Amino acid sequence: MYTLCHNHEVIDAARLEPPPPAVACRGLQKRYGDVVAVAGLDLEVRRGECFGLLGPNGAGKTTTIEILEGLLAPDAGEVEVLGLRWGRHARALRQRLGIQLQETQLSEKLTVEETIRLFRSFYRRGPSVDEVIQLVELESKRGSRVGKLSGGQRQRLSVACALVNQPEVLFLDEPTTGLDPQSRRHFWDVLRAFRSRGGTVLLTTHYMDEAQSVCDRVGIVDQGRIIALDTPEALVRGLGEAGKTLEDVFVALTGRHLRDD
Amino acid sequence: MTDRGGAFHPVIELTLARLREFLREPEAVFWVVFFPVLLAFALGLAFSGSGEPEIHVGLIPGQGDARAREALLSVPGLVVHDLSPEAADRALRDGEVALVVRPGSPPEYRFDPVREESRLARFAVDDALQRAEGREDRFEPRIERVEIPGSRYVDWVIPGLLGMNIMGTGMWSLGYAVVYARSRRLLKRLAATPMSRVHYLAAQMLARLVFLGLEVGALLVFARLVLDVPMAGSLVLVSALAVLGALAFAGLGMLVASRARTIEAVSGWMNFTMVPMWVLSGVFFSSAHFPEVTQPLINALPLTALNDALRAVMLDGAGVQGVAGEGAILTVWTVGCFGLALRLFRWQ
Ligand SMILES: Nc1ncnc2c1ncn2[C@@H]1O[C@H](COP(=O)(O)OP(=O)(O)OP(=O)(O)O)[C@@H](O)[C@H]1O
Ligand SMILES: [Mg+2]
Repeated sequence: MYTLCHNHEVIDAARLEPPPPAVACRGLQKRYGDVVAVAGLDLEVRRGECFGLLGPNGAGKTTTIEILEGLLAPDAGEVEVLGLRWGRHARALRQRLGIQLQETQLSEKLTVEETIRLFRSFYRRGPSVDEVIQLVELESKRGSRVGKLSGGQRQRLSVACALVNQPEVLFLDEPTTGLDPQSRRHFWDVLRAFRSRGGTVLLTTHYMDEAQSVCDRVGIVDQGRIIALDTPEALVRGLGEAGKTLEDVFVALTGRHLRDD
Repeated sequence: MTDRGGAFHPVIELTLARLREFLREPEAVFWVVFFPVLLAFALGLAFSGSGEPEIHVGLIPGQGDARAREALLSVPGLVVHDLSPEAADRALRDGEVALVVRPGSPPEYRFDPVREESRLARFAVDDALQRAEGREDRFEPRIERVEIPGSRYVDWVIPGLLGMNIMGTGMWSLGYAVVYARSRRLLKRLAATPMSRVHYLAAQMLARLVFLGLEVGALLVFARLVLDVPMAGSLVLVSALAVLGALAFAGLGMLVASRARTIEAVSGWMNFTMVPMWVLSGVFFSSAHFPEVTQPLINALPLTALNDALRAVMLDGAGVQGVAGEGAILTVWTVGCFGLALRLFRWQ
């Protein structure tokens, strides 16, 4: 009897222990020759939240997110996704993640349905191909070649490919760039549905209104470092002036000069 | 049963994707299926003629040229061109005539003894002129015309053409597809899924085998029905060799494409790999012409192994044992290249 009770307590204790964060990294560094793309970056994305990485062009967002996705090796620093590390657990981890890259061009000769089928075949569980097509509302384009899709439709297809396994963590690098307002709103709906099932999202965007309305917390990256991190409301409040938006925070923190050169 | 949401096993889906990409590219289909047949047809027309080849001889004006012309024209198959001395040298250089006769006593023959047709022309011309001067033959030989099946040039060249094609299509289709996908970052996207890398490379190889059926089938049917090229050995063995060869070149193509980032770069490496084999491996002329010391190296090349084995089966009717050595060489290339490509492969 006593042992049984004791066992119960152990199990309860294990249950009470908080699950590891969805994504965590410490001291991340990456350089390309003379260019320091990421300069010691710490980040923690909690389970179930939608976290936005904001920052000017060349700030290091894509580099950071690709390191977190296990596609790039950092020069220094540690990464844990769902409590696991890249390397030994890579295959198992990939089953549980959804990834959209900033600049992938899917095969132009394949149709929408064939592309989704291909990606679905790599995963052991998830919605059916039809369900994914419905989810991103590409039913009418099911048989169209990818090469014949509009930019916005391609973007939706690329999000669909990231959702084929009902991932626990979804990484999206500029998912709404080039979308019209309708498609953007539709994308937010897809995101909301995904999160209502407990999914975690880490995304980058250049649209401040989008970050403000879909992200629980945002981190502003500049020159490879996080220079501000909080809820959008708290960041705006921090400016101390009425009627300001996240865009004002962004400009106040990162300056007005161009960052492309 | 694994839940794949209605999709097939990844190897099947990857293979289907590759096949669809190929079939939806009409130009690719042309180069793989029709071009080899066209080439075989052109070669067949050029070399399957059954008439005796003509020998072209130049004649420079001089003392007794009328008599010489008459003697030469009496030989069937000899064609005489009247040429000035300068024109004669040019014609000799360009191969328009095999030999030039300058009449006189004795007459002078100008030719390059390295050229086979020139040596032939020397004997034909000499025979005709000596007879005209009264030389008598001791006997008249009995001549029996034989046609050994498989002895024509076109019979010899078709297996080489088949081998060359298996090499070219295999290397280009794989190398191009892989580098194209890499340059569009599609490989990086695939690497972000749990897709097995072995599955990816295996699917590229499998898709290659399907195209192979098309291209080898088209060429063999054409060679058999239109050019009447023999098939002394077993068709099954020829197919098996084609598969072995295709795998070896798919592996080599994969290796060449394993790191290249641009189509231009991979094209350079492809040519660097293939051109030596076109020359060395006995496609259009026998590799026996090369020095003895180079032969072991030439024989170790995959295209040499494939061509030799195809010829052995198609022309000499060799069985499995007769081509086991070549089969082993091709297998070593396949395994080596595939293994190395897997290690070197760049996904982004
Ligand atoms: N493969 C590479 N080789 C060399 N430099 C690179 C490479 N990738 C990124 N960089 C450099 O690293 C820095 C960070 O780039 P990154 O793509 O992470 O920026 P970003 O924040 O995603 O920008 P954007 O908003 O324009 O997408 C830039 O200065 C960029 O030029
Ligand atoms: Mg970026």
